[in-house]
Order: sequence, then C-alpha cells, then structure tokens
Amino acid sequence: MRIGDYKESYAADEAVFVTSTSRFWLGVLFVMLAIFPFMAGEYLLYMANITGIAIVAALGLNILTGAAGQISLGHAAFVGIGAYTAAVLTNRFGLSLIVCLPLAGLVSAFFGVLVGAPSMRMKGLYLCITTLAAQVIFEFFFVHWESLTGGIRGLNIEPPTIFGLDVGSEFGFYWVTLVVVVIAATMSRNIFRTRVGRAFIAIRDRDISAELMGINLFRYKLYAFAVSSFLAGVAGCLWVNHLKSITPEHFPLHESIRYLAMIIVGGLGNILGAIYGAIFMTLIPEVLQTILKFFEGYFPQAMAYLYPLQTVVFGLLIVLFLVFEPHGLAEMWCRVKAYFRLWPFKH
Amino acid sequence: MEFFLLLLTSGIAVGGVYALIALGFVLIYKATSIINFATGEFMMIGAYIFYTCSVLVGMPAIPSFIVVMAGAGLLGLLVERTILRHMLGQPTISIVMVTIGLSSILTGVAEMIWTSDFKSFPPLFPRAPIIVGDLIIRSNLFWGFVVAMTTVAIFALIFKYAKVGVAMRATAGDQMASFSMGINVRSMFTLAWIFGAIAASIGGLIIGNIGGVQPNLGGIGLKIFPVVILGGLDSIGGAVLGGFIVGIVENLAGGYLDPLVGGGAKNVAPFVVLVLILMVRPYGLFGRKEIERL
Repeated sequence: MRIGDYKESYAADEAVFVTSTSRFWLGVLFVMLAIFPFMAGEYLLYMANITGIAIVAALGLNILTGAAGQISLGHAAFVGIGAYTAAVLTNRFGLSLIVCLPLAGLVSAFFGVLVGAPSMRMKGLYLCITTLAAQVIFEFFFVHWESLTGGIRGLNIEPPTIFGLDVGSEFGFYWVTLVVVVIAATMSRNIFRTRVGRAFIAIRDRDISAELMGINLFRYKLYAFAVSSFLAGVAGCLWVNHLKSITPEHFPLHESIRYLAMIIVGGLGNILGAIYGAIFMTLIPEVLQTILKFFEGYFPQAMAYLYPLQTVVFGLLIVLFLVFEPHGLAEMWCRVKAYFRLWPFKH
Repeated sequence: MEFFLLLLTSGIAVGGVYALIALGFVLIYKATSIINFATGEFMMIGAYIFYTCSVLVGMPAIPSFIVVMAGAGLLGLLVERTILRHMLGQPTISIVMVTIGLSSILTGVAEMIWTSDFKSFPPLFPRAPIIVGDLIIRSNLFWGFVVAMTTVAIFALIFKYAKVGVAMRATAGDQMASFSMGINVRSMFTLAWIFGAIAASIGGLIIGNIGGVQPNLGGIGLKIFPVVILGGLDSIGGAVLGGFIVGIVENLAGGYLDPLVGGGAKNVAPFVVLVLILMVRPYGLFGRKEIERL
C-alpha cells in the first residue's frame, strides 16, 4: 500500500501513472483491448466503435465544460461539422481517412472559435444560450445548404482505407477508433498538466480571480472552445467513416445534451469520468432493451415502452447523479477502491 | 401589404402566448436563479391534463381549466420540493442539467401515459374568425391571445398589489432583507415554481388548442430562450416584449424567407436575432447588468 510520496527525480514527479500497480493494470487493459476484437462478434465490435467515438467527443466537451466551466449546448453541432467536413473532403477531393481526421478537427475548431467569440462579453447562462443558438443555426445549415450537405438525405461515403488497408469493417475500424481514443485521452490528460489547462481550471473556479492573476480570459476561453470542438470534429470524422452515411438527424440538440449527460454522470472535469460516462451512457439503452426483451415474455407489449422508458431513464440518471453523486462515476469508483484498499478494516 | 399585416397580427397573437410562457420562466428565475429548461414540458403536461379532463373524462371547459391549474401547481410544488431544493446554490451547469433531466423524464412519462399519438382538443372558443377591417384573424389565435394577455395581467396585478406578490418581489430583490422582514423565503421559492408551472401550463393549453398536443410539444419551450434572453432573464416587462418580438420575427421570417431558403427559417430566425442582440447588449434588452465582487 502506498503511504507517502517519495519522489527522487523530476521524471517520477511528472509521471501520469504514479504507482507500478496502476501501470500494471494499464498494461492489462491494453492487452485486453488488443485481444477483444478477436473474441468479439460484429455487434460487440459495433458497440465498441460507437462507444469509442462517444468517448472522443465527451473528452472534448469535458475540456470546455468540465475544465473551463463554459456550458455548451452545441457540442453535437461541432461533431456534425466534423462529420460533414470529412464526408465532403473524402467525396470531392478523395482524401484518405488519416488526412481527414486532423482536417475535420481543424474546421470544427474554426467554427468553435467563432461560436466562442461572444464569450468576450458574455458568460454563464447567456453564453450557454448562445451555444444553443449555434446548435439551432448549424442544424439549419445542415438541412438547408443542400449543395454541400445533401440536405435531408445527407451524404454517403465509400468505406475508408488507411495506407491501402481496408478499415471499413467493424473489425478494421476498431483499431482506428482505439488509436484515436488513446491519443485523445493522452492529449486531454496532458493539457490539464500545462499552463493552458491550469488556466482553464482557474477560469472555471472563479473567472475574476483568474483575470487578476494575469490570465487573458478571452484568449483562454477561445482556446477551450477550439480544443473542445477540435476533438468533436475528430469524433465526427470517425462517426461518418464508421456509419458511412450522415444525415442532419444524427446531430440534434438531444445529442448535445447526451454528451453533457455523459460528462456529468462520469464526473465533471475528470478524464476518466468522461470515459466512464461515455461508456455508461452508450450502453444504458442497450441494457434497457435487453431487460425489456426479457420481460416481453410476460408482458407482450413491453417493447412498446422501450423508447419512452429510455427517455425517462436518461433524465432520471442525470437528476439522480446530480442530487446524490455530483462528482459522478469517477468518484464512486475512487470510493470503491479506497474501501477495498483497507478492507476488512474500516479506517 | 395585406400579407405583411396578416403575418404581423398572427405574430402578435403567438407572441402573446410566448409572453405568458416566458413570464412563467422569469418568475422562477427571478425568485430562485434557476433556469428552467423544463418550461416546455410543463406546457405539454398542462395541455395533456386538459385533454384528459375534457376528452377522456368529458368535463366542460371551465372545470377542466381549473383542474389544469391545480395539476400544474401540484407539479411545480412536487418538482421544487423533491429535486430543485437540493440544487439551490449549486453551480450553473448542475442546475441547467437537472432541469434538462427533468424535461426528459416528463416527456418520457407523458409518452407512456398518453402514447406518442397526436391528440387534438374539442373546440374551446367560437369558431367564427375575427374580422378587423380587411384582416381576418383565426379565432383560435385571437382567443388564445386574449386568454394569454388576461393571465399576464392577472399575474401583474398579483405582483403589484397582493401581499404574496409583494413578498415574492421582495425575495427576488434581497433574500436577507426579506428574511428579516418575516417573509418565509423558502415558501416563496415553492410559490414561484407553482406560479411558473401554472403560467406555462396555460400557455401549453393555448398552444395545444391551436395545434393539438404530442409529447414533443415541449420542444416549443426552446423558443422561450430567445424570448427571455432578448428581454433579459430577470425582467418581466422584458419577457412580455421579448415574446412579441419573437412572435413577430418568426412569422415574418416564415412568410418572407421560407420560400427563399426552402423552409425552416421560422425556427432559426429568433435565434439569429438573439445572437445579434446579445452581441450589442450582452445582458439582453432589459436585463440587469450584474456587478460582481470577489
């Protein structure tokens, strides 16, 4: 058991994973992630892929809302911008997935900065409503800029390839998602350890104090918007290459709320929280479906309640977590670990 | 010109209803600083209660109306006591998300009870359209406007003269001072939720009467945000004016821009105006600029 900090070098002080135990379990996790696709069927791989995409988007929102404290109701719109950018770049210019990923992120980041620009004068609820306006306005463009976005019918793209390898199947795409998730998580974690990340947290905790300490509020808020929507754009690029088609219906306000719910249920401002939250919120509808399928034997019309039940459970999870566990799944997990570390002793 | 006047009048009529719903929103915000994303769902529940009373039970309009107000008040009370009271003083994001969660719960429950099918009301008002000069106004719109404005006026009178209303204003102004004057601040919070829910449900009733009711009726609640932000979150007068601006803007956009862009301008125009106004006046047209101290 670890009972003190005995660091003798800067390298030890800067390490992300401090103990050898955590490094060991991280290794185990990677091995399991590498074995998983060979064991799992098509459906599980599909779930893993959409979970991975949700994780990338949630990590992005976690930087803006969790770390910098700016509530965004327009995150799905940025995912959408990334997805449409990727689709257009692939279809019209024949760019490959590996080029599209950063480009989609950059285009999305550009629009993120645009939406973040009013934060120079506004904050709190007023800024939150501006992002809602952005969501509505972008959605309008997705539907009505038909020459670019294909209108309601949307766009279709060819299965993606990387260096000539076909990654269009669920199995192939799993590796793409996995690599992007690992890069995004590492990047998020490292941002929090830099001057920029610390500035985000200072702004969240008390913006006026942060300004007095010499943090340029406007500039850092724009950074937060840019980084967050960059990750959203990357997630969007993954999304379109995974589903191979997009329509405006994929990016409604409800999707933005789902991302917010992920980081709240997981634990605001916490990288692991965003990951847990994304996994949890993606799996819940499937779990509900399984439960209802089980009850279908007893109540034949049980499946008719699937959709409203999902809506209720979704809302209930948000409310219950906020009232009883505001720090989310990450905090719960910490408590479980702390309990077992000393088990069977209480203190 | 006639087309313009037609759009203008229906804009004003719809704007009156928006003003009423926004009033419910501002009441809650002023008293408790909670931004209620479930306003639209309160509307929807109000409309469904009315549907249940008048169509399923077969009650006449006036008693159904009273049941709607009682039911909405009860809902407001319940929500405040069970959920929102825990959230007082929490960060903005928690408050925003808890009301979003609430709206999701209400939508789901409504769909379970009343299914997702479209339900329409029996005609509430005289069918004959109202004719002013050359203008013909749909009777539903006209009477809806009348009901909405009457309700707004009643609320305004309560706030101006009734003891309860003055106490609520005092609470919104300064909680500490109200406490020391013997006002029960907590019950004022509850009352704000009850009033807010009633205002929203009457609005829902009117909208349901115009276009029928469905679980996603609550989506109209999103339009309340341009309304209240335009007026400034904490100004009742601003909310009423904002309601009219949004009603007129969306009708004009629907009439003139929709043919050009192929539909949808009606819903997006209020948000464009919202962004433009916030760029110039970051606290809305009538909102109070908060002075912050460390």
